[in-house]
Amino acid sequence: MRYAMVIDTKKCVGCSDCVVACQNENRVPIGYCRDWVIENAKGTFPNVSIELRSERCNHCENSPCVRCCPTGASHYEEGGVVKVTRHECIGCGACVQSCPYDARYSHPDGFVDKCTFCHHRLQEGKLPSCVSVCPTECMYFGDLDDKESKVYQLLQNRDWKVLAPEVGTKPHVYYLI
Amino acid sequence: MNEEIILSGRMNPKIDPTLGIWGWEIPLYLFLGGLAAGILFFAALYTILGREKELPTAVRKATFIVPAILVIGLFALFLDLKNKLYFWQLYTTIRLESPMSWGAWVLMLVTPLSIVWSVAYWRDLVPNWKFKVEWLEFVEKQVNKYRKPLAWMMIVSSVILGIYTGILLSAFNARPLWNTSILGPLFLVSGLSTGAAVIMWMSKNHLERTWFSKIDLILIGIEIFFIIHLFMGFLASNAAQIEAAQLFLGGVYTLPFWGGVVVLGLLVPAILEILELRGKKVPVALPAFLILLGGMIFRFIMVDAGQLSKYLY
Repeated sequence: MRYAMVIDTKKCVGCSDCVVACQNENRVPIGYCRDWVIENAKGTFPNVSIELRSERCNHCENSPCVRCCPTGASHYEEGGVVKVTRHECIGCGACVQSCPYDARYSHPDGFVDKCTFCHHRLQEGKLPSCVSVCPTECMYFGDLDDKESKVYQLLQNRDWKVLAPEVGTKPHVYYLI
Repeated sequence: MNEEIILSGRMNPKIDPTLGIWGWEIPLYLFLGGLAAGILFFAALYTILGREKELPTAVRKATFIVPAILVIGLFALFLDLKNKLYFWQLYTTIRLESPMSWGAWVLMLVTPLSIVWSVAYWRDLVPNWKFKVEWLEFVEKQVNKYRKPLAWMMIVSSVILGIYTGILLSAFNARPLWNTSILGPLFLVSGLSTGAAVIMWMSKNHLERTWFSKIDLILIGIEIFFIIHLFMGFLASNAAQIEAAQLFLGGVYTLPFWGGVVVLGLLVPAILEILELRGKKVPVALPAFLILLGGMIFRFIMVDAGQLSKYLY
C-alpha cells in the first residue's frame, strides 16, 4: 500500500478550507499550520497564468527527515505515511532543516509537528480532513498500488507534477496541471 | 515574471518568512567542537609521534581547556533542543544514517576521553597534588600507562568530531548551500587551524610557537584552497546552488564572508605569521585571536546563510 494525495490545480479556487479543516481536526496551535495555499503567478500580460496549490508534507518515499532524525522519532507508518512520535522527539531541529518543502514546524509544546495525512482518520476508514471538506472536490486521496483507485486513474490520464523532484525525495503529493 | 506568494495559512514561527530554526547555539557549538577536535588532534598526534618533550603545550597544557570547551558546547546544544528533558533519547538509539546521532555518540566518547587525558596531567599545574581518592589515583596511573593507545583512540575520535561538524550541515540536501561534500573537510581543517592557534597562543616555548605557526600557515593555505573549491563547485552546479552561492557573491553575506572570514580570519593572520617567521616582532595573540574570530564568524555565517538557501519550485 502506498498512500498518495492528488490535487487538481485546475479546480482549486484557493478558498483555504483545507487549511482551516486541518487546524480544527488536528488542534494545530493558533498561529501555526500543517497545510497552506500557494498562489503562483507567471508570465506578463496578456500571457499570464495562475496556479493555486494546497501544500503540505509530501510524505516522501525517500524522506530526508526520517534519515536525519537522531532518535528515530520521525518514521514511516504503513502505507508510507511519515509521522513523528511525540514522546521520542527531542526538538533538535534536524528534520526541519532537512525538509525541502519546509513542511515541519516546532510545536510550542516541545516537539516537531507536521501533516500526518490524518493517520487517525485513515485508521477509521475516513479521508484526511482537508480532502473531505474541499468544496470544489479538487483533492483526491487513495492507494497508488490499487489500479482501480481514483488517484491511480488520475495519474494515468492527466498531466501531473510533484514539487522539487530534483531533490530526490520522491514525494507522494501529486499536482494535476 | 514569476511570483509565488503564500495565499493563506503558513506563517509558522521560525519557518516563515525565512527559516531560522537554528539560532546562535548550533554555530557556537560547531566552533567549539571544531576547536576541541583541533587541540585533541595535535595532543594525540604528538603523543603518538613521541614528541611530548618538544611540544609540551600541545600535548599537555592546551588539553586542560578542552573539557571546559566541550562542556560549554554541549550546553549550547542542550539549549537548542526544544524538548530539553528528553535529550537522553539520543542515547537510546544508534542511527548510522543520522549525522546528529553520530555527533551525540562521538561527544559521548570524546568528552570523557578529554577529561581523563587532561586530569592525568593535573600534577603539571599543581606539582604536589594528591588525589586523596584511591580510584582517581588508579585512573591516573592507568591513563599514564596506556597513554599511546588512548592517543590512538583520541586521534580517530577527534577527526570524526571535527569532520562531523561539517557533515552535520552537508547531509541536508534541502539546503543547497550546505549540500556539498567539501564542507566536512573544510570544517575539519578550520577546526584544526583554530586548535593550532590556541596552542600557539598558550605556548611559552619559542620553538613550539614557530612550529605551530608553520602548521597554521599550511592549514590556512588548505582552507583557502577548499573555499575556492567550494565556490567553483557551486557555480558549476544546478540553479539552486548557483543561487545559494550568490548570497556570498554580491548578496547579503558578501562582506561578512570575504571581509570577516577570508581577509580578517585567514589572510591577515597568515601575513602576520609570515612576518613573525621572518623575524619581525608580532604579538602572538593577534594572529591567534584573528584565526579564532574568523573561525567563529565562518560558522555563524554558514549556518545563517544555509537556512536562507533553498530549492526553487
